Amino acid sequence: MFSKLSLRLAALLLLVAALPAAAAVNVFASVPEWAALAREIGGDKVTVFSATNALQDPHRIEARPSLIARARSSQLVVATGAELEIGWLPVVLRESGNAAIQPGQPGYFEAASVVRMLEVPARVDRADGDVHASGNPHIQLDPRNVLKVADALAARLALVDPAGAVVYKANLARFAEKWKAAMARWEQAAAPLKGVPVWVQHRSFPYLADWLGLKELGALEPKAGVEPGSAHLAGILERQKATPAKMILRPAYTRPTASDWLGERAHIPVVVVPFTVGGSAEATDLFGLFDDTLRRLLAGLK
Amino acid sequence: MAFLRPAALCVALAAAFPAAAFAASDADLKQLRDQLRELRDTYQQRIDALEQRLAAAEARSASASTAAVEAGTAASEAIRSVAEVRATADSVARRPASASAFNPAVSLIIDSKLTRFQRDPSAYRIDGFIPSGGEIGPPRKGFSLGESELAFSANVDHLFRGNARFALAEDGGAGVVEVEEVNVETLALPSGLKMKAGRFLSGVGYLNQQHPHEWDFSDAPLAYKAFFGYRLQNDGVQLRWVAPTELFLELGAEAANGGKFPGAERNANGAGLWTAFAHLGGDIGESSAWQVGVSHVRANPRARGFEDGVDPATGAALQHSFSGSSQTWIADFVYKWAPSGNASDTHFKLQGEYLMRRETGELNYGGNGNDYAARFRQSGSYLQAVYQFMPHWRVGVRGDWLRSGTADLGGLDPAGLPILAGYNPTRQTAMVDWSPSEFSRLRLQLARDKSRDGEADNQIWLQYVMSLGAHGAHKF
Repeated sequence: MFSKLSLRLAALLLLVAALPAAAAVNVFASVPEWAALAREIGGDKVTVFSATNALQDPHRIEARPSLIARARSSQLVVATGAELEIGWLPVVLRESGNAAIQPGQPGYFEAASVVRMLEVPARVDRADGDVHASGNPHIQLDPRNVLKVADALAARLALVDPAGAVVYKANLARFAEKWKAAMARWEQAAAPLKGVPVWVQHRSFPYLADWLGLKELGALEPKAGVEPGSAHLAGILERQKATPAKMILRPAYTRPTASDWLGERAHIPVVVVPFTVGGSAEATDLFGLFDDTLRRLLAGLK
Repeated sequence: MAFLRPAALCVALAAAFPAAAFAASDADLKQLRDQLRELRDTYQQRIDALEQRLAAAEARSASASTAAVEAGTAASEAIRSVAEVRATADSVARRPASASAFNPAVSLIIDSKLTRFQRDPSAYRIDGFIPSGGEIGPPRKGFSLGESELAFSANVDHLFRGNARFALAEDGGAGVVEVEEVNVETLALPSGLKMKAGRFLSGVGYLNQQHPHEWDFSDAPLAYKAFFGYRLQNDGVQLRWVAPTELFLELGAEAANGGKFPGAERNANGAGLWTAFAHLGGDIGESSAWQVGVSHVRANPRARGFEDGVDPATGAALQHSFSGSSQTWIADFVYKWAPSGNASDTHFKLQGEYLMRRETGELNYGGNGNDYAARFRQSGSYLQAVYQFMPHWRVGVRGDWLRSGTADLGGLDPAGLPILAGYNPTRQTAMVDWSPSEFSRLRLQLARDKSRDGEADNQIWLQYVMSLGAHGAHKF
């Protein structure tokens, strides 16, 4: 009687013990674009959680209890790095008590570590606003960067979950093929954007500009992360008369006030760039993000 | 970092020779390309020399900054043409890490106040409560310098992280350094466990772990002042565990020396103060987040001294002491709201805590050897709301309530202990602050403080708090 019960108990325990092994890898992505990429590469072998949504300013997130709880049971953290998440992610990671995802561990991955950074400041001084010493962290709007990150992420997933390595490799190959085809399509469609002068709300678009050949005349923010005042905007309006830009780019999460003010007076369109997955109704995944970004930019050109 | 240097050099050269910007850049580029190829073979040795040249070029570019505007177009063209150089540089130029790269993150908080009080802050007391002996009084009238906090933190190795925080203050004209926190925490314990050892702010309650510069008001709630001497700081060990659940659940316990209120200085082995706490938290939709907690603090003070009343014969202040058991329970909650979770434009925060303390033991009156069996049951709470109505601007209100409750002095004439006469202190506070960036804050605070029986104190505070150095990440 007892032996039967203990046998059943042992079987149940074994089953419980085996459960985590069969369960998917929990991926904690700091921003929606890496969550989307982790879904592309991980497929059904991963469960992805995005710590932020497209309407949140990724610089200004609070280390909420829900984020700590999610980080606690994650096997892999995918962050942008370059100090984008410096105000909250370090606390979330430390408070989670999860040794596997601490910086330096295989379970901690920074996308910015595999791409070439732009706008690395020659001097680091907070008088220049919220500058990032290791360069502009908004790397996701250059599809060439996405491809590099995908490559590294697949390798990292294979390191964290060796059992799924084959799947990650196959998913990466499929994604890369599709992505390269899409890139060719985008680059062809974006040809009219080459050399087009633009204003930007925040310095969010150097990588997009670098890829498409947009000419960034300047930012509406006088300093990174500082809302423009009316005098500063009036100055930009003056500059607009001398060197006219064709449009103003603004990430979906920022306030519309400044760019709308300038757009109205300079008679140029304000293009709200989805900026990340979920930033617009069409940007449901990474392909949608770039499709919609280009569609909006081209519409702004007309 | 160094991979951008060729580009920077291009800009610099283009700026320095605006008329011949393109040609000059081209010639230099060729030279650079050759140099970088060489560099690939010799790696690090020549990077220093190149960087020196770059620094010189950058210095030149500064003097020609006006010309740079016109040369901008040419420079950007030039940048494009050096893409391959950059690619080479990518593989070659990694700035060698110097010894100082391992320096801990350092941050300095400076704080200064201008105040106007009706009552003398040096005579501050909270009536109805045994004095907690902490720095609970308001700063002096007029201009005053608050504590400057100097904090260091870094990973020690793959297992430990070290934190140190010192408060630099002035006491009677002499500079003093107070050790606020010096501790080591683990990074690699399994199963969601974390351990901290050294001096740290206890994990009980909600506000206790926040440093003064993170507070939404210029001073601490009355309940914290009366129950913990404004915060519970321990020398000891802390163990915390985060549950592997979607709902945030954290359990923690601490064993500490307990040398400060509600404990007392002791000369004994082992621990004199224990705490246990639990926090539960989560989100409601994407706009709201909440956290609740319960905590318990237990101490066994021996001869915890305090002054009250004067000896009619000598006119000297009477010294009393309490020995026994002290238990405090805390219930706390915080609720935060921001549209779509984007707190940079507008957000709202509501927080409150309730503290209850029960003490039983012997009260020694006037040091004359007469012990009285004493029992106290006291409580306090605060509730505060802060609303950011537009970027950089916040307003807040706070209410403080203390109940001196029941004091059973075991036959001692209560008239002998005037500070323990039944009184329920209250305070109402309102503030408005402006934070032009994450690193600076200016605050105006008005308060009506009725900590002293029959002596309401109308207060005006003007304060700044500035953070220099490493970008601190704050807790929820």
